[in-house]
Amino acid sequence: MLLGLTSATSGRIQLLGQAMPAHLSDILPAVGALVEGPAFYPFLSGRANLHRLDSADPGGRAETRRARVSDALDRVGLGHAADKRAHAYSLGMKQRLGLAGALLTPRRLLILDEPSNGLDPQGTREVRSLITSLAHDGTTVFVSSHLLSEIEQMCTHAAVMSAGRMVASGRLDDLRGAAASRVVVTTPDVEEARQVLERLGVSTDAMAPSIDQVAGAVTEASAEAERIVAELVAAGVCVRGFEVARTSLEDRFVALTGEGFDVAR
Amino acid sequence: MSLDDRTSAPAVATGRSNSVARFWNLFRSEIRVLFRRGRTIAMLAALAAVPVLIAIAIRLSSSGGGGGGGPAFLARITENGLFVSLTGLAVAIPLFLPLTVGVVAGDTIAGEANLGTLRYLLISPAGRIRLLLVKFAGAAVFCAAATLVIVLAGAAIGAALFPIGPVTLLSGDTVGIGDYAIRALLMAAYVTISMLGLSAIGLFISTLTTVPVGAMATTVVLAALAQILGAIPQLDWLHPFLFSDRWLGFADIMRQPIAWQSFQDNTLTQAVYIVVFGGAAMLRFRSKDVLS
Repeated sequence: MLLGLTSATSGRIQLLGQAMPAHLSDILPAVGALVEGPAFYPFLSGRANLHRLDSADPGGRAETRRARVSDALDRVGLGHAADKRAHAYSLGMKQRLGLAGALLTPRRLLILDEPSNGLDPQGTREVRSLITSLAHDGTTVFVSSHLLSEIEQMCTHAAVMSAGRMVASGRLDDLRGAAASRVVVTTPDVEEARQVLERLGVSTDAMAPSIDQVAGAVTEASAEAERIVAELVAAGVCVRGFEVARTSLEDRFVALTGEGFDVAR
Repeated sequence: MSLDDRTSAPAVATGRSNSVARFWNLFRSEIRVLFRRGRTIAMLAALAAVPVLIAIAIRLSSSGGGGGGGPAFLARITENGLFVSLTGLAVAIPLFLPLTVGVVAGDTIAGEANLGTLRYLLISPAGRIRLLLVKFAGAAVFCAAATLVIVLAGAAIGAALFPIGPVTLLSGDTVGIGDYAIRALLMAAYVTISMLGLSAIGLFISTLTTVPVGAMATTVVLAALAQILGAIPQLDWLHPFLFSDRWLGFADIMRQPIAWQSFQDNTLTQAVYIVVFGGAAMLRFRSKDVLS
């Protein structure tokens, strides 16, 4: 809908400050995208596929096309496989070729749908650093993903959607910080530790992650982590491990959108 | 490929090039994609095989005398090998040619949608109307290539297996090989134009679906249906409106003077089909939600 592929039933869309789809032909050259997975002509090589894509792009100047295609292929690490037919590509290679397609011309905005889908750990890491470097160079990168750990590692801002509505948005830290962080103490002296924590204002959980652990939520009113450790030691509790776990995006996400398989049905 | 890329350099002088240059940019790419595809090459090869098989069959049996029946021009081949092209066209027009044209035209939009490349072309943005025009132009180029392949393969195999010489036209006049060559090209143009109406129909059907095989089959079935209707005498009021009605009229070019009337009528019929179905395709595609 953002890219003018489907029409909206209601509401207005602004992309890069201009109304869509009225200014579609002005805006889209500045936008690179990966939508619902990559797609290619299986009988063409990766390179020929990018040539094809670029010739449809009004911003794709023909005289620089060869160089830009080669650059884009190198950037995603496909230089060695550029002349293989696309149907011989693995899922990860297709994904990277799709990214290369979005990088053919300088973009102001990249819209990437599940960019690390199908990639092996190295590939995921490469894509992550590629995206980070693009963002560093001044391109706005908009990623939609179900992989919250990815989001945590890549993004500065995030928004949570549930059943078609945005339920939260903001800086990643603010989003996570909206819920209190937690402490987890690993100790043989579980009962003593629990008493100390309670005394310091930490509301401990009835069930800890493990039999030798005590976990609890830290609130504004409770003591700081450093003091908790000191008090634990002072009370003679053997501390084997102490962890301040910030609320993960996943916890926050589930808190916002609900739990279970039948969410958003 | 590299040569093409360089010669097109001035086409996109600024970031926002004019429409015509963008059309050509995409059109060249379309032609490359179309003719680099194994399927396209295989279909052209199959079309080339039509006159070749005819010529070989006649050569092998010509000692036995042969005789009447068979498609137009068949009996004349032994006298003059140049008639192989004409026989080839006459044989290919009812079935093989519409079949291949249906495959290409039906694949235009539905094929891109099926691969998922349609959404990437549209967000480039290629422009929806421009993409349709390019697709139709690509299908037209295929029609011309298909027809030329039959004519050239026929001329080549005819020259190889039979004597060639001045051609006796249907009207009884005799013309030299040079004159015949021009007439052969005119016939190729006639047959190419004949296929444009069907291409427009295929393009329209292709905008309705994301399953290319469905669009191809529908287009081919319509071509067959039009010819069946055209063969029913009780429906002769309908015949002038059928896109297939003048398909075999290319033979009129083999008269002296050339009977231009059928050329004009055919062009007019095809133009009407192009406008109607091309317009329908534009209306449909302009507002279509591309989800796949």
